[in-house]
Amino acid sequence: MLAMEYRGPRRIRVTQKPMPEILHPEDAIVRVTRSCICGSDLHLYNGNVPDTRVGQTFGHEFTGVVEEIGSEVTKLKVGDNVLVPFNIACGKCIFCKQGLFGNCHEAAPQASAAGGFFGYSHITGGYNGGQAEYVRVPYANVSPTVIPPGMDLDDAVLLTDVVPTGYQAAEMGGIQTGDTVVVFGAGPVGIMAARCAWLFGAGRVIIIDKEDYRLEFARNYSKCEAYNFQEIGDPVLFIKKQTDWIGADVCIDAVGAEAAGNVLQTITGRKTLLQAGSATAVHWAINSVRKGGVVSIVGVYGPTDNLVPIGNVLNKGITIRANQTAVKRHLPRLIEHIQNGVLNPKGLITHRLALEDVADGYRMFSAKLDNCIKTVLIPSTAGM
Amino acid sequence: MEPITTNPSKLPGWNIDADPENDPTYPMRTRTPDDHKGYTWKRPTLQPVTIEVLQSIERPGITAVFGTSVPPSGLSGVIRRFAFKYSENSYLHWLPLLVADRVNVVEGVLDDLAHGHVPNIFAEKGYPIEWKYDKKGLILKLAAFAAVVAGTTVLLTRKSDKPRQPKPSRRTAQTVGKP
Repeated sequence: MLAMEYRGPRRIRVTQKPMPEILHPEDAIVRVTRSCICGSDLHLYNGNVPDTRVGQTFGHEFTGVVEEIGSEVTKLKVGDNVLVPFNIACGKCIFCKQGLFGNCHEAAPQASAAGGFFGYSHITGGYNGGQAEYVRVPYANVSPTVIPPGMDLDDAVLLTDVVPTGYQAAEMGGIQTGDTVVVFGAGPVGIMAARCAWLFGAGRVIIIDKEDYRLEFARNYSKCEAYNFQEIGDPVLFIKKQTDWIGADVCIDAVGAEAAGNVLQTITGRKTLLQAGSATAVHWAINSVRKGGVVSIVGVYGPTDNLVPIGNVLNKGITIRANQTAVKRHLPRLIEHIQNGVLNPKGLITHRLALEDVADGYRMFSAKLDNCIKTVLIPSTAGM
Repeated sequence: MEPITTNPSKLPGWNIDADPENDPTYPMRTRTPDDHKGYTWKRPTLQPVTIEVLQSIERPGITAVFGTSVPPSGLSGVIRRFAFKYSENSYLHWLPLLVADRVNVVEGVLDDLAHGHVPNIFAEKGYPIEWKYDKKGLILKLAAFAAVVAGTTVLLTRKSDKPRQPKPSRRTAQTVGKP
């Protein structure tokens, strides 16, 4: 089968790989019909996440058709059209039982902090991902969800990460009616977080980025205010001025390790890896939020240390909430929102590429070419 | 028409998920006394271990399932095995892993060549699409790279202007030092 393969920082290609096999009785083999390139993939693509091994296939956002099931799979059958959340979750451990499906303790032997994810570094389990024609899906009874009849595949594939992550970013903010919410990062997750902030009753939503095309997209899609940090001066000061010198009630870091905007953070976090990625966005979030406010972090950082202003966290009495998204927990509500027209995930998609063009897709997204917001990859075996 | 941002209540779904109890929000702790006893759950069936899987020393044993994408091998594998002797709290865990990743890249190129495959690095880096949408940026980037390579080469191969003085041998030096 054809699959994307990592060859080193900013080097990937499509190669022939062996077909995945059932290795555990709760496994399923899924023929991929849609997969996406995620902003989190760029952390791997740039070589920022430790234990990212040459030869691995990325891709944690995908839909597909069940081709084969293991002997203990009871919730799916061959031929089912499924969306596969990026978390690999057993459904039985103490964390899964609390709905923390992004923190399953039975999926990633290489780390105690991270859960298991498709197509990410080996610290999240070493699984191959969905930027391929076929993929092995462990714990097929738990997270994979049959796509509701009539749902567009483009909507379904964005339910595997982007939509729940944006939603959880807003949810973790504990937004109260009328709150001012600032989202740092106008990538797909940031745009969705801004959109979802309204669902929790935000009174004002502001998004900050440096790409004008993304800000324009956010204005139209998320109906929020959008500002370019290269034009507003110090973004923290700007937010203070915008909030009558109080600060925002909730700040969301939807950027993570790739953040631009601070030279020292860029050099130490992105270029020399002396930190686990640039902490610029989390700095701005902590310093822009009001005293007693909430900072919600969904941007991905590596596992080593980051320079963050923890003294300000203490002095301001900030609550910080952060997590990998528990996709399965959000699906019922989000499917309802899509069916009722409250959310329109496929509106985020700007590019469609054949799986064979995955290297172009990564470069386009990484270098922000051709006004790229979200790219969907379609294998020739998708049958459509 | 009133802008939506000044009156969001007209936005489809506005306030639909508001919950006054949602502060500081999910997850509320829903633990039972049993949850404080550690591994209390009935573990899933264990995946047979047929390859080498490195595991964190911060957990007992291996997880019930694991990926099999790229088992450790070669010099990078040696470095990774070293890293996994240390906990996730240690630099001796993470820094060797970053080094191993870089070594692994070189191993990947060598493996390609050993199999008679010359990697098409231009295509693997996605430069064709950058050429299509940002020629100027790509040219500047490649020119900067070429300048750095050329500069480094010159620095490393530059011969000193001063003629080299032969170092006196230890015996000669001792002889000179004697009265």
